[in-house]
Amino acid sequence: MTEVVSIVPALFVLALAGVLTARLPAGRVLIYGGSLVLCAGLLLAGFDALTSPVQHLRLPLGLPWIGTNLRLDALSGFFLIILGLGGGGASLFALGYGRHEHHPERVLPFFPAFLAAMAIVLVADDAFTFLFGWELMSLTSWALVMAHHGEAGNARAGFVYLIMATFSGLALLLAFGMLAGPLGGYAFDSMRAAHPGMGTAAVILVVALIGAGSKAGLVPLHVWLPLAHPAAPSHVSALMSGVMTKIAVYGFIRIVFDLLGPNQWWAGTVVLALGGITAVLGVLHALMERDIKRLLAYSTVENIGIVFIGLGLALAFRATGFQAGAALALTAALFHALNHTVFKSLLFFGAGAVLNATGARDMETMGGLIHRMPRTSFAFLAGCVAIAGLPPLNGFASEWLTLQAILVHPEMSEWGLKLMIPVDGAALALAAALAAACFVRAFGIVFLGRPRSEAAAQARETDSWSATAMLGFAALCLLAGIFPGVAIDAIAPVARGLTGARMPEQLTDAWMTIAPVAASRSSYNGLLVFGFVTASILLTVAVVHRLSRGVRRGPAWDCGFPDPTTASQYSGASFAQPLRRVFATVVFQAGETVTMPPPGDNRPASIVRRIRDPIWDTLYLPLGRGVGWVADRANKMQFLTIRRYLGFVFGALVVLLMALTIWQ
Amino acid sequence: MGLVAPHGLSFDVAHMLAGGLVLVSFMMLYQDRLTALLHVLALHAFVLALSVAWQAYIQDAPHLYIAAGIALVFKAMLVPYALRRMVFQMGLHREIETVGGVGITMLAGIALVALSLEVMLPVTAHTDPVAREDIALALSVVLIGLLMMVTRRNAISQVVGFMSLENGINLAATGARGMPLVVEISVAFSVLIAFIVIGVFLFRIRERFDTIDVSALDRSRGGQR
Repeated sequence: MTEVVSIVPALFVLALAGVLTARLPAGRVLIYGGSLVLCAGLLLAGFDALTSPVQHLRLPLGLPWIGTNLRLDALSGFFLIILGLGGGGASLFALGYGRHEHHPERVLPFFPAFLAAMAIVLVADDAFTFLFGWELMSLTSWALVMAHHGEAGNARAGFVYLIMATFSGLALLLAFGMLAGPLGGYAFDSMRAAHPGMGTAAVILVVALIGAGSKAGLVPLHVWLPLAHPAAPSHVSALMSGVMTKIAVYGFIRIVFDLLGPNQWWAGTVVLALGGITAVLGVLHALMERDIKRLLAYSTVENIGIVFIGLGLALAFRATGFQAGAALALTAALFHALNHTVFKSLLFFGAGAVLNATGARDMETMGGLIHRMPRTSFAFLAGCVAIAGLPPLNGFASEWLTLQAILVHPEMSEWGLKLMIPVDGAALALAAALAAACFVRAFGIVFLGRPRSEAAAQARETDSWSATAMLGFAALCLLAGIFPGVAIDAIAPVARGLTGARMPEQLTDAWMTIAPVAASRSSYNGLLVFGFVTASILLTVAVVHRLSRGVRRGPAWDCGFPDPTTASQYSGASFAQPLRRVFATVVFQAGETVTMPPPGDNRPASIVRRIRDPIWDTLYLPLGRGVGWVADRANKMQFLTIRRYLGFVFGALVVLLMALTIWQ
Repeated sequence: MGLVAPHGLSFDVAHMLAGGLVLVSFMMLYQDRLTALLHVLALHAFVLALSVAWQAYIQDAPHLYIAAGIALVFKAMLVPYALRRMVFQMGLHREIETVGGVGITMLAGIALVALSLEVMLPVTAHTDPVAREDIALALSVVLIGLLMMVTRRNAISQVVGFMSLENGINLAATGARGMPLVVEISVAFSVLIAFIVIGVFLFRIRERFDTIDVSALDRSRGGQR
């Protein structure tokens, strides 16, 4: 606890130092180096909190009659690990990457403050401190998103982000207000002790889901992610995508699992439904995307969906009294959150390195980077394999655990769960398969083939700080994939605190086999798979080397390439076309217009694809129009006479008094 | 002294003074001559001072005498006198303001009194009866003051409406037992400062538009009426 309490002010001092030293070359080293050290401290504090008893601290800051209550338990500790890991990685990456920043004074002061705000959210033990940290997190990240405000579209991204962040803060404020009840018990301890009625609890759950979900990127509140993540500098995108969405998940877990107490089974159904929709829609969007950072942002939406599927299962199992299942599902969700932090940060680092090397985010202008940037492409490949959920990396381990949680469910009498859980199983499988396709496409188009532009042909490998960060995270992906038992056992105290049960201990097995329920039902050995994969790769390489006569480079077989321009290669859009035709025709109203000039006409043939975002069209556009309509009407009230304004005050007072009379 | 019996002399006097304040408020509503309106304002503040002094006596709270003194000196003498000087300086003392629909305004005032009684009496059912009546009547004074500000066009009458509204707040504050003197004094001073600011503005408006009919301001702003 004392570590966190000293690290947060240190981060704020660093933010101040960022203001002063931003323009100096040493500023970057100071800020990012300092953030790296302090994030390592947060990481250690998190590990420490997993095993030690709950710690409380009350600081005489903030509101006079509440103070600042802090609390560090296993749940906070686990998310502190995520924060320390993601923040530390981003700082390490930025030590090199920040060199390319044209306006460091717009990034350096806010970066440590952003980290500090997230740490405050994690240790807050009253609504005021929590919301303070939450809003500070929103504001600092907004400032970081707006760092390159001159670029086209970034101002709009910042605007949408700010609106969604305000909305999420408002929803959480309402949730806390209802949790505190009429007596205003804003300390989390009194919220835990108070048990709201069934109706109130339902409203709180929905409002908390909206508030935390809009920060995490739950469909239909995900619209800001694909706008804000590409706008921010890449290490900040990594932090927002990898860590901040997890802080939102933490907020949801804290409110719903911890503060709200027992829940009804339908809550699980709602969360499951949203999680399933989010996972599938997110990955479908990602498949259609050609901007690499937008692709990663949509893939974050998908992964948040998977995390929420786990959380929904945990809620459902907990409500039906199946504690062991709840522990399994919660562990799976938390493990996936951790894994997503690792591989999504890695992928955003890779995207940042590619962006620096080629100056573009559009995948259709890249290609062949594996020759120019071998280290980046290796790390990016590891991230792609992990996020695609292929063994033996970590994405497989946590998605497999989530699937186990779906499969383990006993005979349920609740019709909603009976219906929802298998549907979510299908959604999860579909999302995983589509994610694999999506990242085969991302890696293939960006790194393989021949360069599609001059910039891609001239790309240069990234610096060694960035490469260290990427390769380190790639190693973490592998380690967490081979030894998932370590992570599962580390999460056990969190699961016990929130569901009253834990998964069976995993590290007892000498060969690191994990068995979610019992070894007789299902088990997975990452080490074995890794050994098998490595052995078969080595064997193949040996055989190929033995049989082949060395590598020869010759002219391309010109049946495939009659005209040797790079534009004739397979493109990202053509890779996605079958999937677009199957899924997106219905979901996104995707369509293609082919213009084929008649013979003799010199104009090139063209194919234009259209995609509409159904949620933007059906939810946000009408909402925006409605707000505009009301604003137009209200605009007239800006130019009334003083007497009219007084009249409004008077009228409002009289109406309220009358309402009071009638209400009595 | 503890609770006052609902039908003792002290209750009756307090009730009478508060009711008197409401009555004077009604007198303001239809008064269309500015000088006469200022006299009524002085009377309004004088009744308030009496009422506060009586509260000081029955509550045995000597600090309320100070509040009564403030009300008497500032509100019943200084402010009306200063306003009266302004009116004469501006040459408005012969002006008659058109107060549209006296009957309707009076009816609205009566409805407001009924409303405030209807709101306050059930809410304060378990409190001291003196405070209870005081607060109910004070609310009606406040509402009538607001009504006056809404119905008048002349800036000075609006200021008078504001002052009477403030008197109502003062009445409510003294009726409640245990209100510290600091609150009274700060309210009194904030009103004084408001008065100074308003006075400065009145002259400014007058300089610029040759009138203190606030509709001139609206015309200059280009808004619709």
